[in-house]
Amino acid sequence: MIEVRNISKSFGDEHVLHDISVSFDRGRTNLIIGRSGSGKTVLLKCIVGLLEPTGGDILYDGESFTAMDIKQKKKVRQKFGMLFQGAALFDSLSVEENVRFKLDMFTGMSSREKKERVDFCLRRVDLEGKNELFPAELSGGMKKRVAIARAIVLNPQYLFCDEPNSGLDPQTAILIDQLIKDITEEFNMTTIVNTHDINSVMEIGEKVVYILDGRKWWEGSNTDILKAENKELNEFVFATRLVRQLRKDEI
Amino acid sequence: MTLLQHIGRYGLLIARAFARPEKYRMYYIRLIREIEALGLNSTGIVAIISFFMGAVITIQTAYNTENPLYPTYLIGLAARDSILLEFSSTIVALILAGKVGSSIASELGTMRVTEQIDALEIMGVNSAGYLILPKIAALMIMAPFLSMLSMIIGLFGGWIAGVSVGVVSTPDYVYGIQYAFIPYYIIYSLIKSVVFAFIITSVSSYHGYYTSGGSLEVGRASTLAVVHSSVVILLFNLILTQLLLS
Repeated sequence: MIEVRNISKSFGDEHVLHDISVSFDRGRTNLIIGRSGSGKTVLLKCIVGLLEPTGGDILYDGESFTAMDIKQKKKVRQKFGMLFQGAALFDSLSVEENVRFKLDMFTGMSSREKKERVDFCLRRVDLEGKNELFPAELSGGMKKRVAIARAIVLNPQYLFCDEPNSGLDPQTAILIDQLIKDITEEFNMTTIVNTHDINSVMEIGEKVVYILDGRKWWEGSNTDILKAENKELNEFVFATRLVRQLRKDEI
Repeated sequence: MTLLQHIGRYGLLIARAFARPEKYRMYYIRLIREIEALGLNSTGIVAIISFFMGAVITIQTAYNTENPLYPTYLIGLAARDSILLEFSSTIVALILAGKVGSSIASELGTMRVTEQIDALEIMGVNSAGYLILPKIAALMIMAPFLSMLSMIIGLFGGWIAGVSVGVVSTPDYVYGIQYAFIPYYIIYSLIKSVVFAFIITSVSSYHGYYTSGGSLEVGRASTLAVVHSSVVILLFNLILTQLLLS
């Protein structure tokens, strides 16, 4: 479980996050949604420690992450898996080397054990046999799947995904969403997905937190959204005629 | 940011780069790759430039000392001292600042803007150590070899050019490069090359590592890496010359 307590973040005079408190449960897919520039990426970066919050606290299973020193943070981070917006695969390494990286760095596994683990993870994301390819030879969707394989290789307890569907066609986006949901349940992880894709919200949003202008505006599940009376949330989620029609039909 | 802030941030980055590695084997593998990328892949350009610079130094010295009172072996002596004292360390370092420095800054800058450095940090890896330390170590290991290669090829180029143009005979040139030879000049040159290697890799890494924005900023970081490395090399050339030759 991850708890965010009264987090605020400023860059000079610019206040990006204002006193946000929210908790994210284990074994569920938690979504942070909001417009571009609303502060959701800054919030995610504060949660994983890439940015230092100006105030507040982040707790991982009850332990304060913000109070930890660099060594302790590194230990906690070894339990993280993260899927970046652009996949962030290491260009100079092959698919297999990318997925194997954490095993090489943090375990004393034999080459055979590592190979078996890498093959299992690649099979899990439907990329069996693509071990020798390099990131430049992969499509956008394949890169995201390799990044997921890399994220789960050490059985992480926490999975973070920043805009996992950006730049993908709707069909591939749904596949990636489903994969994130499936592995969250399979590995019993606490997963946080940062997105502004309404399809993702409806497909996998077991818990949804809506951020507007750096403030938590609404919290609930994807089914709650359909009945929500929050004006700002409705303007964001039901921005297109098609989704508005769907809502009408659903209600 | 002010100059002092840059110096402070540079110092902190280098301290992080020299922190204890998570796994020595992974750093060793990277070191070998960097030795190839930064050192071995630079031998070609160092060899070509050294050959022609040696040739030009010899011919220029010959035409500037056209006097029956000057013995022609002085051409070899002047070429030797120019190559050993300045060319093989400082000029080669400036060339490497262009080739290696821009490559390091653009590599790290691209890794920064495509979030690959963030990915390393999220994994619990000290990104500064893993990415920068092997580069610094690799070039510091290879710089003396490149410097010696430059000395040999520079002197060879001077001999070929001097004899071909007819400004000096082989016996005079060979006598000149042996005349009043001070072996310490080689040590002096090698020490300088190691210090310059540290400057090139660390300053360029600093610019690449702290790139923010997009491809335009990567290009800008690359340019700044070359300019700042070159300026710092010239400054330390002055300091080291005074310290080592006084």
